[in-house]
Amino acid sequence: MFEYTRKIREIARKLLEKGTVDVFIGYRKGTVAMMNEPVLIKDPAEVDFLHWDSHCGLNLCNYLTGRTDRIGLVANGCNSRNIVTHIIENQIKREQLYIVGIPCRGIIDHRAVKRAVGNREILEVGEEGESFTVSGKGFQEVFQKKDFLRTNCAVCVHRNPVEYDEMVADPVPELEGVNPFKDVEGIEKKSADEKRQFFTQLIASCIRCYACRNACPLCYCPTCFVDESRPQWVGKSIDPVDTMTFHFLRAYHCAGRCTDCGACERVCPVGIPMRQFTKKLNKDVFEYFGWEAGVRADQRPPLDVYRVDDYNEFVK
Amino acid sequence: MHNPYLPYPVRIDQITTETEDRNLKTFRFVFLDPEDEKKFSYIPGQFAELSIAGKGEIPIGIASSPTEGGVVTFTVNKVGQVTNYLHNMKEGEVMGIRGPLGNWYPWEEMEGKNVVIIGGGFAFTTLRSSIVYMIHPDNRPRFKDITVVYGARNPGMLLYKDELAAWEQRDDINMHITVDATDDPNWKYNVGFVPTVTEQKIKSADDAFAIVCGPPIMIKFTQPVLEKLGFPAEKIILSLEMRMKCGIGICGRCNIGDQYVCKDGPVFSLAQLKRMPPEY
Amino acid sequence: MLEKSFTKEEWTEALKELQSAYKVFVPVKEGDFHNFRPLKNGAKPSFDFQNTRLSAKSIIFPQSERMFEYSLDDSKEDAHIIKETPKDFSTQAIVGIRPCDALAFQLVRINFDNPQYRDPWWIQRMNATTIVGFGCNEPCASCFCTSVGSGPFCEKGLDALMVDLGDRFLVKSLTTKGEALLGALKSGKKADGTVLKQAQELAKGSEKKISSTVPTDRLKDKVVNELFSAHFWERISFACINCGTCTYLCPTCWCFDIQDETCGKEGDRIRNWDACMFPIFTLHGSGHNPRDKKLQRVRQRFMHKLKYYVDKYENGVACVGCGRCVQFCPVNIDIREVFGLMNGY
Repeated sequence: MFEYTRKIREIARKLLEKGTVDVFIGYRKGTVAMMNEPVLIKDPAEVDFLHWDSHCGLNLCNYLTGRTDRIGLVANGCNSRNIVTHIIENQIKREQLYIVGIPCRGIIDHRAVKRAVGNREILEVGEEGESFTVSGKGFQEVFQKKDFLRTNCAVCVHRNPVEYDEMVADPVPELEGVNPFKDVEGIEKKSADEKRQFFTQLIASCIRCYACRNACPLCYCPTCFVDESRPQWVGKSIDPVDTMTFHFLRAYHCAGRCTDCGACERVCPVGIPMRQFTKKLNKDVFEYFGWEAGVRADQRPPLDVYRVDDYNEFVK
Repeated sequence: MHNPYLPYPVRIDQITTETEDRNLKTFRFVFLDPEDEKKFSYIPGQFAELSIAGKGEIPIGIASSPTEGGVVTFTVNKVGQVTNYLHNMKEGEVMGIRGPLGNWYPWEEMEGKNVVIIGGGFAFTTLRSSIVYMIHPDNRPRFKDITVVYGARNPGMLLYKDELAAWEQRDDINMHITVDATDDPNWKYNVGFVPTVTEQKIKSADDAFAIVCGPPIMIKFTQPVLEKLGFPAEKIILSLEMRMKCGIGICGRCNIGDQYVCKDGPVFSLAQLKRMPPEY
Repeated sequence: MLEKSFTKEEWTEALKELQSAYKVFVPVKEGDFHNFRPLKNGAKPSFDFQNTRLSAKSIIFPQSERMFEYSLDDSKEDAHIIKETPKDFSTQAIVGIRPCDALAFQLVRINFDNPQYRDPWWIQRMNATTIVGFGCNEPCASCFCTSVGSGPFCEKGLDALMVDLGDRFLVKSLTTKGEALLGALKSGKKADGTVLKQAQELAKGSEKKISSTVPTDRLKDKVVNELFSAHFWERISFACINCGTCTYLCPTCWCFDIQDETCGKEGDRIRNWDACMFPIFTLHGSGHNPRDKKLQRVRQRFMHKLKYYVDKYENGVACVGCGRCVQFCPVNIDIREVFGLMNGY
């Protein structure tokens, strides 16, 4: 990972010095274990803040929306797919970007690691190749990364960026033979009542802080439907029906656009696995339209395109 | 325990459409319980929350003067969910009023002084309250010259047209009504923006206070005019608007620095504002 | 003052016994973390935590609270008249709250209960509550309570204090409320000198374990508009995604929204927690928004806690150093760094 960091700094310095970009967006090592801070660098002298490790779980595409300057940024597989989606949806222009591609070996699930050490406080995490060491007061444990990847990373088939200007290293081999929708299939087998119960339980602890929505690069609407007051679509209290409405509708708004980057789950302060909502829609869009979000820049996403040969009667 | 969030029930007694675009209406309310009217004892410059069951509340300056008694009036611009609903309500319907809230114009400091009132557009409401209050026979001797500059986009957008005409006839108040533009050949008052008319008509800042209420752009350009005339920042009085909910300094929404506009304001002197962060 | 010692089993039983006179809130383990829940329907108290994920503020100031109710049914005589919703302010106890979170109630009291206006719900609920604090034997690395007027065994705002002595809890009363609670319990034995000494040692040791400190000494003297226009806000705010994590997890954030909700012809006026990080927080009906930029909102939150509150109430900073925002900010904006920047500016 240090090699990635070194290379990112080198490229960022070159881009800023040459004036190829106005700003460079990357991550800075966090002040808390397993947390890194998105950072915007303007001065080549500050590139040494830039950092990469297996905890860069927030999607940097968030920070592109509405920018008019020339931006360099790091992007792994899913982040690059969100950049493509942003370009397709006219949120940023490809010419504005210099994408520094990260062949991604997966982001670590910080909650799983905390669980593995009995929720004791982790003070430090070090990475050595395919293993990592966590330590705190009176304990030190070595874990294998593959056992602690976020569930989206464990089934990711686009670890390498789909769009980039320069790579920090050679591509990593893509995973083969994984079924990303195994958990969805489990839910699909449930009866309607069981599903309702499952989802009600899933979001029971939601405090409606909207961290999931705000961490999502797809959620750039100027006014989200939950914030709209004329008309007011959904109540603002923590009534379970309103909370459910928020999660369901948000997931629907992401249909055919979600890259399963996992940022929503990562940021949730109460640990709700809200990908259980979005993944079903990813699966449907894949099965009905053969579409994976953000993989191709030369086609419109299935839900914003009209085709005369559509098999549905209603379009004719 | 007294509940400061609980509105007094009121009945809409009269609705007057003020402007030609029909976006401004004046609502006159009567308290259902006469006891509540006594509790709702206010001073010009204060505001209240108009409260509609099922819709919510909006903070609106009180347009009537305590000298009028028996009723309380508000002029409401149709902008949001609550005000749109209110504009469709009928005389006789029941709703709520919560207040009076906030501080008021510095009546004690202004006593014995000249008072210049400068208003623009629909922000003239608490200024109307102030004028009616000052020209009441009980109060008129408390103030020296009273001068009013009031402007709107065009003649049809002026509030309280009948009263303005009546005040024009009086000799104990100097009225300078103006419009940004008009093609009405019968228009007999000024044409020009409020800051310009202020510069032309106000001759001196001696022993005077200026109360300014209007859209941000008007305030921005009037302020240097007043400063040039020699008004010290302590004697330039402004009333601010801010998104509010509780109206009593608890919900934390309407602060500018450490001041809550709802409780510590809405009336601030320019001197106070200059010490506060420019975030309004 | 009562000082009693309970074995852990005795304490669990004692809490059950307490339910005859109090509604008892205890930390309950839910998945990966603890939160306060009413001790009923078999909820199992668990005192094996550093701190609860959410603070106890919602017990006094619920995230959603019905304020009033009304009918829109014109056939009813009281249609459209807004009326108080009956509420239960019976005696309750929060058992196991960390001293930092308990101090937070004291910091926000000045907002809900001031000489001009008194929030009837907050005050009545607070008055009905007995607060049993829980000394912090193992403070988190991100905690900085000792820098902001609290401490791992700070007794401010507590009615009683529990200390975990390994195999038993020492519980001592600090106020008449605390004495009444402890006096109502049949179990537990009078704490002897050894136990008290052990607790004292723990407290001393724990204070030394606080590894984070923040400077606050110069905040009061700073010129507000200079801090407001400081250059560092741009960098601090860049990563912010405008979510409500920091505000909702914060024990001292008190801002709320008021909403009307109707179902058919009946309706409620409800107040909900709100967050100054949300753009609509300050959006005027006219469309104007004095804080439409992220920088302005991030600045507002820190300025409120570390400057506006300091200036307005002369009661220190509006932060108790619990470290929740440090740990759970999704983008790692660290208030400890902001303390340093503001105090040193």
